[in-house]
Amino acid sequence: MSLTTAPAASSTDDALASEPQRPRRVPAIGKSFAMFRNGKSLTGLAILGVFVVIAVFAPLIAPYDPLEKDFTALRQGPSAAHWLGTTHMGEDVFSQVVYGTRGVLVVGFLAGIIATFVAVLVGVAAGYWSGWKSESLSALTNVFLVIPGLPLIIIVASQYEDPPLILVAGVLAITGWAWGARVLRAQTMSLRNRDFVQAAKANGEKLWRIIAVEMLPNLTAIIASSFVGTVTAAVLGLTTLAFIGVIPITNLNWGTILFWAQQNGAFPDYWWWYVPAGLCIALLGMALSLINFGIDEYVNPRLRSAGERARAMRKKGLAMDGGVTEVRVGQGSAP
Amino acid sequence: MTTLEFTNVSKRYKVRGAGDMLALDDVSFTLTSGQTIALVGQSGSGKSTIAKILTQLERASSGEVLLDGEPIPHRGPGLRRYRQRVRMVFQDPFASLNPYHTIRHHLERPLRLDKVVPKDQVEDEVRALLERVRLDPDATIDRRPHELSGGQRQRVAIARALASRPELLIADEPVSMLDVSIRLGVLNLLADLQRESDLGVLYITHDLATARHFSDEIMVLHHGVVVERGAADSVILDPQHEYTRALRDASPDPDKHFAAGAASTARS
Amino acid sequence: MRFILRRLAFYAFTAWAAITINFFLPRMMKGDPVSAYLAKNQGKVSPEAIDSLRTLFGVDTDKSLFQQYLDYWGLMLHGDLGVSTSNGLAPVSDVIATALPWTLGLVGIATVLSFLIGTSLGSVIGWRRGSRADWAVPFATFFSTVPYFWMGLIVIAVFSTTLGWFPASHAYDKGTSPNWSWDFVGQVIAHGTLPALTIVVASLGGWVLGMRNMMITVLDEDYVTVAQAKGLHQRRVLTQYASRNAVLPQLSSFALALGFIVGGTLVMELVFSYPGVGKLLLDATGAKDYPLMQGLFLVITLAVLVANILADVAYAALDPRTRQMES
Repeated sequence: MSLTTAPAASSTDDALASEPQRPRRVPAIGKSFAMFRNGKSLTGLAILGVFVVIAVFAPLIAPYDPLEKDFTALRQGPSAAHWLGTTHMGEDVFSQVVYGTRGVLVVGFLAGIIATFVAVLVGVAAGYWSGWKSESLSALTNVFLVIPGLPLIIIVASQYEDPPLILVAGVLAITGWAWGARVLRAQTMSLRNRDFVQAAKANGEKLWRIIAVEMLPNLTAIIASSFVGTVTAAVLGLTTLAFIGVIPITNLNWGTILFWAQQNGAFPDYWWWYVPAGLCIALLGMALSLINFGIDEYVNPRLRSAGERARAMRKKGLAMDGGVTEVRVGQGSAP
Repeated sequence: MTTLEFTNVSKRYKVRGAGDMLALDDVSFTLTSGQTIALVGQSGSGKSTIAKILTQLERASSGEVLLDGEPIPHRGPGLRRYRQRVRMVFQDPFASLNPYHTIRHHLERPLRLDKVVPKDQVEDEVRALLERVRLDPDATIDRRPHELSGGQRQRVAIARALASRPELLIADEPVSMLDVSIRLGVLNLLADLQRESDLGVLYITHDLATARHFSDEIMVLHHGVVVERGAADSVILDPQHEYTRALRDASPDPDKHFAAGAASTARS
Repeated sequence: MRFILRRLAFYAFTAWAAITINFFLPRMMKGDPVSAYLAKNQGKVSPEAIDSLRTLFGVDTDKSLFQQYLDYWGLMLHGDLGVSTSNGLAPVSDVIATALPWTLGLVGIATVLSFLIGTSLGSVIGWRRGSRADWAVPFATFFSTVPYFWMGLIVIAVFSTTLGWFPASHAYDKGTSPNWSWDFVGQVIAHGTLPALTIVVASLGGWVLGMRNMMITVLDEDYVTVAQAKGLHQRRVLTQYASRNAVLPQLSSFALALGFIVGGTLVMELVFSYPGVGKLLLDATGAKDYPLMQGLFLVITLAVLVANILADVAYAALDPRTRQMES
């Protein structure tokens, strides 16, 4: 057996010199938000930002009070005075949509926060523990996943004459936390066996530090994605409940507008009354979905580059999915 | 002078649906400071199990592990002190560092945890550690693992292990996942560090060549049983057990000539 | 086999949990409309019906909670869900039985159609990544977040009221009673087209996007490259190698989404006045018909459970790894 025995010092220096150096420096917070730094996420965040601005500055943006009735202008189409027309009682649809944004965003985000908090608690604990503790938490999660949410919410919400906002958000959260918990459990289980967690254990780090400092930062993308997904579901759930009439009309949101529209014969003629509210729901949902796609692409780089690579290859005349490997004869290629 | 005695240790794992698996069967050895023992064996021979037991990531099913005559505590401050004295370098440089944190974080944690130096000297100690492993502190300290190469990461892992000023080092296949051309550099670094700090090193590997180059004594492990042990040179040059012979014969010899059409594995 | 046993054990546990939640539901609710109703209609309700209502709703406090629970299970196993106060005291199980087939038919067909179309589209879009097919992605995203009920209203407004192509509500023409004639079947199809179309289009986006993402991940795998290198026909690689593997997680999310789908179609039935369990539940909520509400919740939950079991069986059939868990 022979062994290459170069003098120790120089081989080390050679090794250092030949190793690639990358000069980028990224601060810790910047890394947390790297998942938002792509086209899809930014678009989604921009749209969401517009809605947030509308909700916060509603009194400044809306020309009328949403319930202000103008009996001289019933069921009018869009005009200069009423950008989105009026309802059967002369209320300004545009103002209603603007003020409705508040109800949607407040309940949506509240439900999202509660649900994500529970999901992190249950999911990470279930993932880190093993054995019966993990299995029972997993069974609990699965039960909540299977039980259909809307019928349960309908039954519970119909009990109360005027449920407070927090109760509505809470009920939406109860039916929405399970999905995030399931994903987090799977991710935590895979993280638990990674070498850097084992190394932290072997160095004597305490359990809470291992979870909080070592594991959680690697889970931020999943947690963010779960939060966005839960908010989307909560928004859709809330507007659906309002449309059915289960949630009292004291909470004005886009679903309430549609409820009134349907009850008062807006279909099909008065399109300005029912189209904008539904479009807003779809737009907000789309913005949230785009944010989630951005996070997905960050987590799974294959999604990010898939389209770009294919386009680049197409430019060179090579088909990405062609069945034949094209052989090119290049100039000056090495033998 | 520190002595670690691994005495008659066996380890059983429960396999779902197939009963028990015996990973280690009555294994014994002694590791002292200043000495390097190589633990050689193929995948599945039980090498990593020994490493895990030594770092208390797993517990032995039977037998004892004694450090300076005292059994390893299973919890509490005694275990913490043990972990300060016996440290591990993991095999996979890509997985053993947390992708989220900077190199500074990785080296600060053990310093703070074991209170190796007073708080105001932590930064200087981190830099000193990086220099010990022949990395440029300014270029490395604020980077994250994915910005470094495999060899650099492994050096950081070694620095992290040395942070608590241990007496014994368990190196679990430290160079197996590195490019061949830089393996020697990292191994020589380990040898230098051992000399400087009078460490006892357990070098776990599947590569006989580096085992001989690097260690005083070699132990050959096969299916959880120690089949041969002795001074490095004698185990390599004159193996007694057939498994050891097979290992030796499997190593490629660049000086050997191939006869056309024949695949001879006999040594020249 | 072990895989199926574990799943069955889980489902048994979930069924038990659902029935138990159902037991506690009315006891958690405020007020006691059942007693009020019983007091008003003493003469009209048979003694057996009174007994079962009492057991279902815990009106009698002379029995311990545990005893009530046991009696409740007795009722469940007999299929006795009480009587419906808003349907002339007909047994709840009968009322539900008339409505259930409509929902199962509509939801079942529309959801399966949507899944199949969406998955196929998604796999083709994923296959042709980087081409113009990618333009479908923003559209799919938009449609996946459109609320079912709103889309239903728009569809009615366009196709029914304005264009007059399809009827806007109910499952069959007024004045007809269900029978097995071709005319009736034609009516069912005519009335069912719009609701089914709405469900299909509204849920399509989600399947397309999910499948596209899975396809892209799978297409990077080495076994696909090997298949192509072997010279296999493109369509064969697409269907037998890539889609076959990409569809597995889709099946899982299908099973998970069932609860959500049920929610969406409930409201659909309201919009179209379709005589399924969704409309029944909403009517019952309005009429404060608690026995019916409770019975419906149970039936819907158990139906979702059964659908989950079917999805799991399909998954086990398609994924050979689940059959090898013991080795």
